[in-house]
Amino acid sequence: MPRTVAYKAQIEHLSVLDENGKLDAALAKKLGKDLLGDEQVLMAYEHMTVCRQYDEVAFRLQRSGRMGTFPQNKGQEAVAIGSALAARKGQDWLVPAYRENAALFLHGLPMHSVLVYWMGDERGSQIPQGVKITPLSVPIGTHMLHAAGIAWASKIRKEDSVTLTYFGDGATSEGDFHEAANFAGVLQVPCIFICQNNSWAISVPREKQTASETFAQKALAYGIPTIQVDGNDLFAVYAATREAHERARKGGGPSFIEAVTYRLADHTTADDASRYRDTKELDAWKAKDPLIRLRRYLEKQDLWSDEQQEALEAKAKAIVQEVVKAAEEMPKPEITDIFDYTFAEIPESLRVQRDTMRTTSLGQDPRQAGLGARAGR
Amino acid sequence: MAVALPTIEIEHPALPRPMRFPDFANWEEPQREGDRVITFREALREAMTNAMREDERVFLLGEEVAEYNGAYKVSQGMLEEFGPKRIIDTPISENGFAGMAIAAAMAGLKPIVEFMSWSFSLVAADQILNNAPKMLYMSGGQWGCPIVFRGNDGAGGQLGSTHSWCVEGLYSNVPGVKIAIPSNPLDAKGLLRTAIADPDPVFFLESERMLGDTMHVPEEDYFIPFGRARLAREGGDCTLVSFGRPVHFCMEAAEALAKDGIEADVLDMRTIRPLDIEAIVRSVKMTNRVVVVDQCWPFASVASEVVTQIVEHAFDWLDHQPVRVNTADVPTPYAKGLEAAYLPNANRIIEAVKGVVG
Ligand SMILES: Cc1ncc(C[n+]2csc(CCOP(=O)(O)OP(=O)(O)O)c2C)c(N)n1
Ligand SMILES: [Mg+2]
Repeated sequence: MPRTVAYKAQIEHLSVLDENGKLDAALAKKLGKDLLGDEQVLMAYEHMTVCRQYDEVAFRLQRSGRMGTFPQNKGQEAVAIGSALAARKGQDWLVPAYRENAALFLHGLPMHSVLVYWMGDERGSQIPQGVKITPLSVPIGTHMLHAAGIAWASKIRKEDSVTLTYFGDGATSEGDFHEAANFAGVLQVPCIFICQNNSWAISVPREKQTASETFAQKALAYGIPTIQVDGNDLFAVYAATREAHERARKGGGPSFIEAVTYRLADHTTADDASRYRDTKELDAWKAKDPLIRLRRYLEKQDLWSDEQQEALEAKAKAIVQEVVKAAEEMPKPEITDIFDYTFAEIPESLRVQRDTMRTTSLGQDPRQAGLGARAGR
Repeated sequence: MAVALPTIEIEHPALPRPMRFPDFANWEEPQREGDRVITFREALREAMTNAMREDERVFLLGEEVAEYNGAYKVSQGMLEEFGPKRIIDTPISENGFAGMAIAAAMAGLKPIVEFMSWSFSLVAADQILNNAPKMLYMSGGQWGCPIVFRGNDGAGGQLGSTHSWCVEGLYSNVPGVKIAIPSNPLDAKGLLRTAIADPDPVFFLESERMLGDTMHVPEEDYFIPFGRARLAREGGDCTLVSFGRPVHFCMEAAEALAKDGIEADVLDMRTIRPLDIEAIVRSVKMTNRVVVVDQCWPFASVASEVVTQIVEHAFDWLDHQPVRVNTADVPTPYAKGLEAAYLPNANRIIEAVKGVVG
């Protein structure tokens, strides 16, 4: 028997808006004339600017000891916003890791919640009613299974809901990613896997993470339609997500999007990326900043002026100031709060611990336990 | 200058040569002028470095251990000395590198696996609990698994519920593993040296909270045997049993109690598998009262096991029921004040001791 080709594939790369803010108009048209209207782009730009300011302030809060750690979204805002724009707030689910704040805010997570969370307070993960976002998930990879599961549930219930999940390049090395992708493929669930390939997992470069040419091709193995996009290009991310979203709604199952981007910040505030990243690499990516290119685009369209920019920056500062205030004014939690959410209903043993704040085995003062020293000894 | 330690040699069929152990369990050298003082993390590094210099089969792998010098800087400089073949950065695949390292151990190498946090070992649970500890048994004694898993364990650093695991409660239930939990740099070096030489899988639990602690640690190599507790303080009125970081809370409590005329024995177990129950029973038979301090959750914890064994071995010597001081029986809180309220501390220990002595 001759050798034949059993399977052949290629990975498409999508880029619509270049570094100089020049839009490939023909391509944009082909992607749909309603690709992104002026109003939407303006809104996205404003939102991204506010989030950039949020990042800067969060960083300073940490440096001045007012916050624990904080993972910045800086440089990756176009992935977050582009994808979140293509999803329906309050109807589609977002299942985040920890680096896509901008998407979460767009879907209704109060901005101060994320600060409260990173200030070390679980109440930051109390998601308001009607907001379809799961709590931040720091154990790498585990949340992708939840995303596949949520999507499966909506399929079974015949709900018109698509689940988007975010994760990094490094997260694809966890078994959880492969198991989630396999399930999503087999069950054909409406789930969009958004891989934010920022080239680094803390200090580990992508070459040490995988020998794959692209992250997008990993999805092929699970029978999932997949694409690589310029992750700093709002239009490309939006177009790819919208396509995936439409497919999912039509019963076409899951999709995978590799968004090639770069974190312009340290891994978290506990890190110093200059120790392992080349400044030349960083500088090259600074030139590809999604905010800069969007501003250039808006200017080219005569939609943006320096005055507007100034006003926006002032507005961003004011908003973030309010947000920080809201986070810091949150009353301190009560010590006894730790007992409130372990079970739906507090069991007797925990009630005793809570009332006495004693965590000895007896949950109370041993002298009063009624089992004290044996008489006659 | 540090004095040479008196040592004994212990032979084991799986060891290339007899191992040297200090010949008494409770050795603590008084610090002298000019003595070398190093940190906990340096002590760990020294143990690994010495083992690697001596035995080419030993190597270190894990997330961020090479280029980054370890998430907690324990392996600082080791990449320079040993190169990327022996100090290995891995992808974020805990199950993957745990399993591969187990295979390496089965094939005759001696891997040290660093978990950035023991919390992340949970995604490698099948490998470390269902494979490593059973390999020898299931191969009818043919295939041992001389591997060390080490990393940060325990709460206290405000890392939230998912990153604050004290795995000893859960993992010590499994036969076939040895578990060391040092409380100070001196023990850390000697216990890690023993762990690496040990023919069985060893879980080595370090607290990120203590890595900066300093102490005089002899420059020369030494091994501290597993299963030999250290009597950290002699009292007589009550026995305090602990291991790892809470040993310090016990010492603090004991000093405070002494002011009220209550003198406590403080036993630092060093390893909980094997457990030096003899040392505990010896002390309890003199004090007749015992409080066990453990930073795990209370239910089915190491403290539960210790209390059970005390009851089994020394029931008639007890003048008061044994008491455990654990964390609150809830997921680890993230907020600072709440986390502090959740953990065992000196005040809770003092209260417990007064309860059993009074
Ligand atoms: C199971 C698990 N292993 C390790 C870690 C430690 N850790 C936190 S973030 C991170 C790197 C993640 O890189 P990537 O997935 O590329 O996401 P990025 O931070 O670049 O957005 C690691 C190793 C963790 N949180 N959970
Ligand atoms: Mg990354």
